[in-house]
Amino acid sequence: MKSYIVQLAAARLLPVTLILSLLVFYRGHNEPGGGFIGGLMAAAGFIFYAMAFDTQEAEKKLRVSPLMLIVAGLSFAFISTLPSLFAGNPFFTGEWISLIIPLLGKLKLGTPLLFDFGVYLTVWGVIVTIIFNVMEE
Amino acid sequence: METLLAIVIGLLYAAGVYLLLRRSIVKLILGIMFFSHATNLLIFVAGGLHKGQPQFATDGINAVSANPTDPLPQALILTAIVIGFGITAFFLALMYRFYQATGTEDLDELKEGENK
Amino acid sequence: MILPALPILIPLITIIFLLFNFQRREWQPWIGLTGALLQLALAIFLAVQVKTQGILVLHTGNWEAPFGITLVIDAFSSIMLVLAGIIAVSVSIYSIDAIDRQRQSFFFFPMVQGLMMGVNGAFVTGDIFNLYVWFEVMLTASFVLITLGGEKKQLNGAIKYVSINLVASLFFLAGIGLLYGKTGTLNMADLALKLSLADNNVLMNTSAVLFFVAFSIKAAVFPFFFWLPASYHTPPVAITALFAGLLTKVGVYSMIRFYTLFFVQDKLFWHPLFLWIGGLTMVIGVLTAASQYDIRKILSFHIISQIGYMIMGLGIFTVAGIAGAIFFMAHNIIAKTNTFLVAGLINRVTGSYDLKQIGGLYKIRPWLSILFIIPAFGLAGIPPLSGFFGKLILISAGFNAGEYVISFVALAVGLFTLFSMVKIWNEAFWKPRPEGVPPYEGENENLPVSMVIPVVFLGLITLTMGFAVKPILEIAMNAAGQLLDPKIYIQAVLGS
Repeated sequence: MKSYIVQLAAARLLPVTLILSLLVFYRGHNEPGGGFIGGLMAAAGFIFYAMAFDTQEAEKKLRVSPLMLIVAGLSFAFISTLPSLFAGNPFFTGEWISLIIPLLGKLKLGTPLLFDFGVYLTVWGVIVTIIFNVMEE
Repeated sequence: METLLAIVIGLLYAAGVYLLLRRSIVKLILGIMFFSHATNLLIFVAGGLHKGQPQFATDGINAVSANPTDPLPQALILTAIVIGFGITAFFLALMYRFYQATGTEDLDELKEGENK
Repeated sequence: MILPALPILIPLITIIFLLFNFQRREWQPWIGLTGALLQLALAIFLAVQVKTQGILVLHTGNWEAPFGITLVIDAFSSIMLVLAGIIAVSVSIYSIDAIDRQRQSFFFFPMVQGLMMGVNGAFVTGDIFNLYVWFEVMLTASFVLITLGGEKKQLNGAIKYVSINLVASLFFLAGIGLLYGKTGTLNMADLALKLSLADNNVLMNTSAVLFFVAFSIKAAVFPFFFWLPASYHTPPVAITALFAGLLTKVGVYSMIRFYTLFFVQDKLFWHPLFLWIGGLTMVIGVLTAASQYDIRKILSFHIISQIGYMIMGLGIFTVAGIAGAIFFMAHNIIAKTNTFLVAGLINRVTGSYDLKQIGGLYKIRPWLSILFIIPAFGLAGIPPLSGFFGKLILISAGFNAGEYVISFVALAVGLFTLFSMVKIWNEAFWKPRPEGVPPYEGENENLPVSMVIPVVFLGLITLTMGFAVKPILEIAMNAAGQLLDPKIYIQAVLGS
């Protein structure tokens, strides 16, 4: 069941979903949104792609294996806990730095964002792994 | 509002229990989903229904807003929903494998497997 | 300021390493084993720290006690962490050869570490919602482990296991919701403080009952135990050993924690209930075990019967009673895991778990029978092994507290346990090989060393616990004293 229209749509929609997922992820910093929902959206883009083509194509498009996404996600989540130790605060304390970027204004970056990025990658990887496994059978 | 939600929770629990007692595994999963939604609503109601402002401290102001609401129940529910989502996905995959292995989704078939 | 978080972080880092080196199959067992060894070393270190410095508290994220998630390690938690470490090490060594390649390459070791992360998290946390999250981490890992390999029999068992445990989790969650609605806090120490001041104790019993049902299902206590014997014999024996050692005990741990720390007001209702439930659990578990012929099923029913002793200790509710429960739990975690591992060895030699197919093992493998005798007779309570002292402490605590009926029940159940263990002994080791059964495939093969080491290791611990009762009992008494005086815990967490 391969439809050219669906394939075309999936190929065009994939970058859009990814950008949107990143936006939702960053929005989660202070407003509704966040790593979990962003990760789900990113995964949804690839699942749609896999439905239009097949899972091998989608895995090729993903370039890295979903497992490495999970590894990277868990590592980011773990690394985000380290700055608090160097700052001498209790474990998991949120540490922040403010950057002034021209045109964009003040950007406040902190370990919670890093942790959330870990969540984003982990959710993305886990969902893609599960769905691809089920689809391949 | 509390009364209405209490009735909804009760109905969801009742529907969940009814579905849990059916023989089909699909209905078992649906039943567990109803159960978890009822529980989430229960936390929501138990945490207190109350219209107010979110507790955001803006720059320079240390005090919370005048009519604050408790954000914690929603955080709890969010966590519970995420966990429920993952578990449901796993359970559906498990059911699919079970269906492949046995060709049935009837819970009564489980009895035979017990002594093998 | 990171110590109390390390029992959670070490498994997490191990998972990261395991997944990162996923293509290198031969590395997997060793990475897993390293993680487990680190956990055991850390747990022993933490236990020493707790002994010298008192309760360790960590307010994660620098949030003050009732608001953020607090990690607390008191004497009881540290004992449980050490036991969990011992089991993790034993099972990691055992599964190098006991788990087949296909399962190993399908996330076996990462899932074992995930399970350990959940178990350690549950022992460490001081926040009831966080406890729920660790329960779910542990359960999700156990769901994957029990279905690993996807045999039809396993899927059968898994459906029962998964559905009943999910319902239990939802009971737990509902209890948390109601309790939060009434008290406005999730921190265990803060709850203890607020509930001790609350005047309407009966109202608390709605959530207390929900928690009781949830933990009873997890711990496989009397009316809620049916899922355990229906599912525990299905996965490979290394996985069953891990489950048997740890999962039900996390339920018992939570029950002891909740009903000594904050649900302490309505003693008249709860303690007789615990004694009844404990007694019924013992009797029914041991009687159903007597009618089984599959080694793993006999042992599964015995898990239930022995959970009864721990609940009995909680019901007696004196320092000696709780200390007895802790001692018994320690003994049971070690000996129970060991009997399952020995059952795996028996299966390796004979290719079967069915007692009707097995026989004459004493002649083929005399030393295997010694390895079996130590944990099995330990469970049955033969002196000088650890189970004897566990039962002795509990029963004498029962007599001292004036609970004669339950003490006699516990004595009688001990006899029946002996009967079951002697049954396995007679059938598998003593009687000649049944007629018509061809020679066993593994009869002349040597057992892999990696499967024998953990059995010897756990057997030595059982022996040591029997010979060094006094210091171990002192540790348990100390933990029990801390549990029965919630003020210490509250003060450590909330300060003043």
